[in-house]
Amino acid sequence: MTKTSNTPLLTIKDLYIEGRADETWSGIVNGVSLTLNRGEVLGLIGESGAGKSTLGLAAMGYTRDGCRISSGSVTFDGTDLVGAPGKTKRHLLGSRIAYVAQSAAASFNPAHRLIDQFTEAPVQHGTSSRDVAAKDAVDLYQRMRLPDPETIGFRYPHQVSGGQLQRAMTAMAMACRPDLIIFDEPTTALDVTTQIEVLAAIRNIVDQFQTAAIYITHDLAVVAQMADRIKVLLRGDEVEEAETAAMLASPQEDYTKSLWAVRSHARTEQPAADRAEMPVLSVQNVTAAYGPIKVLHDVSFDIHKRRTVAVVGESGSGKSTTARVITGLLPPLEGQVLFNGSALPPNYKTRSGDQLRKVQMIYQMADTALNPKQTVGQIVGRPVQFYLGLRGQALRDRVAELLNMIELEPGDFLERLPSELSGGQKQRVGIARALAAEPQMIICDEVTSALDQIVAEGILKLLDRLQGELDLAYMFITHDLATVKAIADEVVVMQSGKVIEQGQKSAMFTPPHDPYTELLLSSVPEMDPDWLTDLLKRRADDANAYSKT
Amino acid sequence: MASSTPVWMILIYCTIAFGCAAACAFAFRTAVIASMPGQVSKLARSMPLSASFGALIILIYVFVALFAPWIAPFGEREVVGAQYLPWGGDYLLGTDDLGRDMFTRLIYGARNTVGIAFATTLLAFLGGAILGLLAAVVGGWIDELLSRIVDILMAIPALIFALLLLTIFGTSIVNMILVIALIDSTRVFRLARSVAMNIVVMDYIEAARLRGEGLGYLVVREILPNAAAPLIAEFGLRFCFVFLSISALSFLGLGIQPPTADWGSMVRNNATLITFGDVTPLLPAGAIALLTVAVNFVVDWMLHRASGLKE
Repeated sequence: MTKTSNTPLLTIKDLYIEGRADETWSGIVNGVSLTLNRGEVLGLIGESGAGKSTLGLAAMGYTRDGCRISSGSVTFDGTDLVGAPGKTKRHLLGSRIAYVAQSAAASFNPAHRLIDQFTEAPVQHGTSSRDVAAKDAVDLYQRMRLPDPETIGFRYPHQVSGGQLQRAMTAMAMACRPDLIIFDEPTTALDVTTQIEVLAAIRNIVDQFQTAAIYITHDLAVVAQMADRIKVLLRGDEVEEAETAAMLASPQEDYTKSLWAVRSHARTEQPAADRAEMPVLSVQNVTAAYGPIKVLHDVSFDIHKRRTVAVVGESGSGKSTTARVITGLLPPLEGQVLFNGSALPPNYKTRSGDQLRKVQMIYQMADTALNPKQTVGQIVGRPVQFYLGLRGQALRDRVAELLNMIELEPGDFLERLPSELSGGQKQRVGIARALAAEPQMIICDEVTSALDQIVAEGILKLLDRLQGELDLAYMFITHDLATVKAIADEVVVMQSGKVIEQGQKSAMFTPPHDPYTELLLSSVPEMDPDWLTDLLKRRADDANAYSKT
Repeated sequence: MASSTPVWMILIYCTIAFGCAAACAFAFRTAVIASMPGQVSKLARSMPLSASFGALIILIYVFVALFAPWIAPFGEREVVGAQYLPWGGDYLLGTDDLGRDMFTRLIYGARNTVGIAFATTLLAFLGGAILGLLAAVVGGWIDELLSRIVDILMAIPALIFALLLLTIFGTSIVNMILVIALIDSTRVFRLARSVAMNIVVMDYIEAARLRGEGLGYLVVREILPNAAAPLIAEFGLRFCFVFLSISALSFLGLGIQPPTADWGSMVRNNATLITFGDVTPLLPAGAIALLTVAVNFVVDWMLHRASGLKE
C-alpha cells in the first residue's frame, strides 16, 4: 500500500444504517457522506439519537447488534469496509484504525494490568514483540502525561483515576500507530478539571503522530478545541459541515444556530436576600460521615425564598451528601438543618408529612427516578393524593394542571409509561412530581447533566419560570459552571466536604477568586478554538513564575 | 412386542409425533391470535411455537382437572373389573392392581396432583415472596434474622427434610402441602430478596420513602410490579419442582394417600407390570414429564421476555 497524501484516508459515501425495533427496520443514519484526510480531525456533533456513535462505528465497518448498513460505502485507504470479509477487517482494526470509548472504566478488562492490555494489540497484529511494545507503552504514557509512566502500566484499571484511565486508553489506541482513531465522547463522563488534562493530552498526541481522528461529542466547546472541521448531525441527517473557525463564526443552518445559542440563557440575578428575612432553609454547621469516614465538615449556608443557590464542586466534594443530609437520608453527626426557622428532625422517618412535603427533590437520572411500571398520571398523581388527599375528578384535574405547567399535553401523556418518554420529558415528569407536593423548596441534583444541551436549556427555562410563578427556593447541585451561570443567584463552592467560597453569582464570577474556584472557572471550555492553547500556556507561565519565586 | 420394532420405525413415530405437536401448537397460536382481543392477541403473536405448545398442554391439563367427573368413564375409586386387564374394550388403558380403570385414575390424578401442587406453590410463593420483599425493603436485623433462618432450612437436603417432617407430623394432604410449601418458600425468599435488593436502590424508591409512604405501598405498588416478571417465571419453575416432590413423596408412600388417585403412587402400585413389558405404569410418569416440559417451555419464553433479550 502506498501512502499518497492527496487521496483521502477515509471516505464514507451516502451511508444508510438501519436499526431493528419492534420487528421493523428504521433509519438511524440517512445518507451521510464524509471525507477525512490524513492527519485531520473531524468533529461530529449532535444531540443524542443523532446517529453520531453509529456513524463513528460505521467508519470502522462495524455496526452494533440489531443494526445493519443498508447501502452506501465506507472506504478506508482504498479498502471498502462494508463488504470486506472478517479477515480483512480484523487486520485493519486495532492496527490501522483504533477506537476510544466513552467509558474507559467499562472498556478495560478489570482482571488484567494496563500494560498487558496495551501490548495485546501490537503482539496480536505482529507489529512488535511484547518487550518492544512494553517500552513503547512507557513512552506513550509519558507523552500522555500520566504520572509515573515507568510503573503506572503495572497497575490494574481500578487503581488509577477516571481521567488517567481515559488517557491510558488513548495511549493504548496509539499502540500500533494507527492512521485513524475514533474518539466517542472520551471526556463526557469526566469533571471539568480532569477533562482539560485529557483534552490536552489527546490533542498533543494526535498532533505528534499526525493521526487522523473522528471526534464525537455533544459538547460544542470541546469540539471547538479539538477539530479542524465540524459536521453537525440531526436525527441521522447531515445538517452542515464547515471548517471549525467558519462554523463557529457563522453557522448557516437554523438548527446549528440554535445549538450555538443554547449557552446564551442567563437569568437576571435576584438582588441579595435581606439578611433579616428568615431563610427557607438554613444548613448550620453540618458535619456528616459515612461510617467512620467524614465526608462533610462544618457546612453552612442559607437558601431564601425565590432564590436559587447553586452548590458547585467536583465529584466527591460532598454536594450530593449535603442534599442527603437536608432530606434526612443521612442524619448529620453535628449541626442542624432549619426549615423556616424551626429545626428539621435529622432522620426523614421521624419527620411529619408536612415537613416532608415542603422539601422535594428532582434527580439526576430520570430513568431511575420514575417507576417504569407506573404511568405518568400515577406518578404525578400519587403525591397529590398522598399529601393533599384529592380523589376522583379533583385529582385528575390537578394532575392535568400539573402536566400543563411542565408543558406536556395531558391528553397525550397521562397514560404513557416512562419508557415511552424522551429523556427531557422524563425529567419534566420528575419536576411535575416534585411540584405536585406543593413544596416551598426543591433540591435539583444534577438535573441537566444527563441531557443534551438543547433539552437541558428547556428544563432550565422551565425551572426558572416555575420559580417565579410558585415562589420556590432551589438548591441546585451541579458540576457544570455553564448551568450555574444560567440559573443561579448565589453560589456555594465545595471541595472535599468543605465550603470553600460562597456569595452572590456576580461576585463569584468576577475576580479575585479563591484558587480552587479559579481552577473550576478557568476549566470550563469556551467556544473559542484557541481557548485550550491559551489556557495551557497561561497555566504553564503561572507554574514557571511560581517556581522562579 | 417392543423389542420387535426396528429403530427406524421408532424414529418415524418420533418425527410424526413431533410434527403433530408443532402443528397443534401452530394451530393453537393462530386460533388465539384470531379469537382473542388486542392485548392477548399481541402477546400470542410474540410467542414461539415451543411456548404455544406448552400453553396448549397446560390448558388441556387444566380442562381435564376441572371437568374430571364428566370426562372420566368411571368413578375415581370404583373397582370395575379384574386386576391388570389389558388395554382396549371398556377399559381404554386397562385396569390397575385393584381392578380400577386406569384411564379414569389418570384423569382424576390430574385433578389431585396438579391441584395440590398448585396450592402448595401458591402458598410457598405467598410466604416466600412477601418475606423476601420485606427483608429487602426493611433491611437491618429483620433481614438478617430471616436470611439466616432460610440458610439453615436450605442447608438440610429437601427430600430428607420433608420425609423427616412428615414422619413427625403424620402423613396427611394438609401436612404435605405445608411441609413442601415451607421448604420451597426458602428458594422463593432468596429470589424475591435478591430481585428486590436491586429495586430498592432505585431513585424512585428513595422518592417514595421521602414522600413518607408506608411499607405496604412501597412493597405492593413500587416494588412488586417491577419484580413481577422474574417472580412469575420462578412460579412456573417452582411449580414443576413442587409437582415432582409430591410425586416423589407419593411414590415413597408418604404423599397423597390411597385411595385418592395420584400419578406418583400410580407408578409405584403398577410397577410390577414393567417386568412383563407393559408400558402402562409409565403413563402417569409420562403425564408428569409432559406437564413439566410444557410449563418449562412457557417459563423459558417468559424469562426471555422479562430479561428483554432479543434474538
